[in-house]
Amino acid sequence: MQALDYQAPATLDQAVAILSEHGASARILAGGTDLIIQHRERRRQVGVMVDVKAIPELTAMGWTASGGLRLGAAVACIRIYRDPEVGRRYPALIDSASLIGGMQIQSRASIGGNLCNSSPAADSIPTLIALGAVCHIAGPRGQRTIPVEQFCTGPGANVLEADELLVALELPQPAARSGAAFERFIPRNEMDIAVVNAAASVVLSADGGTFEAARVAVGAVAPTPLHVAAADAALAGKPVSAATIAAAADAVRAAARPITDMRGSTAQRRHLAGVLATRVLNTAVERAKGSR
Amino acid sequence: MKRYVSTHINGELVEFLTEPGQSLLSVLREDLGMTGTKEGCNNGNCGACNVMLNGELVNSCCVLGVEVNGGELLTIEGVADGESLHPLQQQFLDNAALQCGVCTPGFIVAAKALLEREPDADEARIRHWLAGNLCRCTGYDKIVRAVLDAAAELRSAPAHA
Repeated sequence: MQALDYQAPATLDQAVAILSEHGASARILAGGTDLIIQHRERRRQVGVMVDVKAIPELTAMGWTASGGLRLGAAVACIRIYRDPEVGRRYPALIDSASLIGGMQIQSRASIGGNLCNSSPAADSIPTLIALGAVCHIAGPRGQRTIPVEQFCTGPGANVLEADELLVALELPQPAARSGAAFERFIPRNEMDIAVVNAAASVVLSADGGTFEAARVAVGAVAPTPLHVAAADAALAGKPVSAATIAAAADAVRAAARPITDMRGSTAQRRHLAGVLATRVLNTAVERAKGSR
Repeated sequence: MKRYVSTHINGELVEFLTEPGQSLLSVLREDLGMTGTKEGCNNGNCGACNVMLNGELVNSCCVLGVEVNGGELLTIEGVADGESLHPLQQQFLDNAALQCGVCTPGFIVAAKALLEREPDADEARIRHWLAGNLCRCTGYDKIVRAVLDAAAELRSAPAHA
């Protein structure tokens, strides 16, 4: 076993101090389902594992003053989908949290860790983007907040400096008559990495006939999960119809710039991006109408 | 530098020293001699190393030994009541739900975690819950039947749970 230190700071300030001292050789340990394996298989050099599960800000899940959800970066998936109120307000978050790995993974793995791992195929990131989530980041220069769609910068890469850590995700309160959904395509039933995944949130007019606003995101079709603003624009102000949703799906296909690899070809991924965008928009509309 | 860890395993207080990077799986098998928990993939995919940590099912290959300080663990060695097999263990035998047996402890711990929480789990739920446990021998049908039969038995005699 490689020499490695383990520290479990009790406060955010202590965690930042450890990161400031050790730089890039210090890695944040939350669920450990990626980091422990990367270390063991020597895919990542780790000098200090900084276990953040004793820091209250990272393990808390609760409501903000404005009615949104503040999700500590180390909260395990299982805690999210076992909370009935979180599930009622954010069903798309449950869609994601309940299909990342198997039960053994979900009991430890966190949404914050999924985001910080910054896989292009991460199953929580399109949902966070569609829901308009922001990242609260702490470091020696204080705290900063950025939208999730600006967090990832490439496969496995993100905006965090070596001395910074993700503290929490904050999801705004869902608007009235809103709904959201997430889906992924895999060739198995469970336990696989997305060939493509997608999420959408919509806000409908009082009569349910018009999209007042929408956010659409797609994963595994570019170096980072994509927020497709052109799809949002194709929906906003338009009638709720198959034609409008098809126009948004066209925008998603156009934004996709997938690669061909062992999981799928460029053409298949572009096709799937449109299919999944259509499905999540249809489900989001049904949920906005209260029927699902 | 080795760390001192104090934890409860199957109800007994256990103390050990561990290197910070050592997995819980390695502690159990190599340091504590508890070889009932199996090493399969050692990367979080197969479930052979499943144990329960503080009431939740985990892959012990994806947990550091140092993380379980002050915790409560259940391993396959704690499933039977002395010489009396747990209904899940007996049903795995009665249904011939194993061949090589390497995946079996993980399946039994995982199934126990499910049935404690959801005693009425149906076949679809069992298959979904056990998606993180891989078996290369049986084709899964016998395993699912064993869990269904054990669930029925536990519902009629819940004292075993």
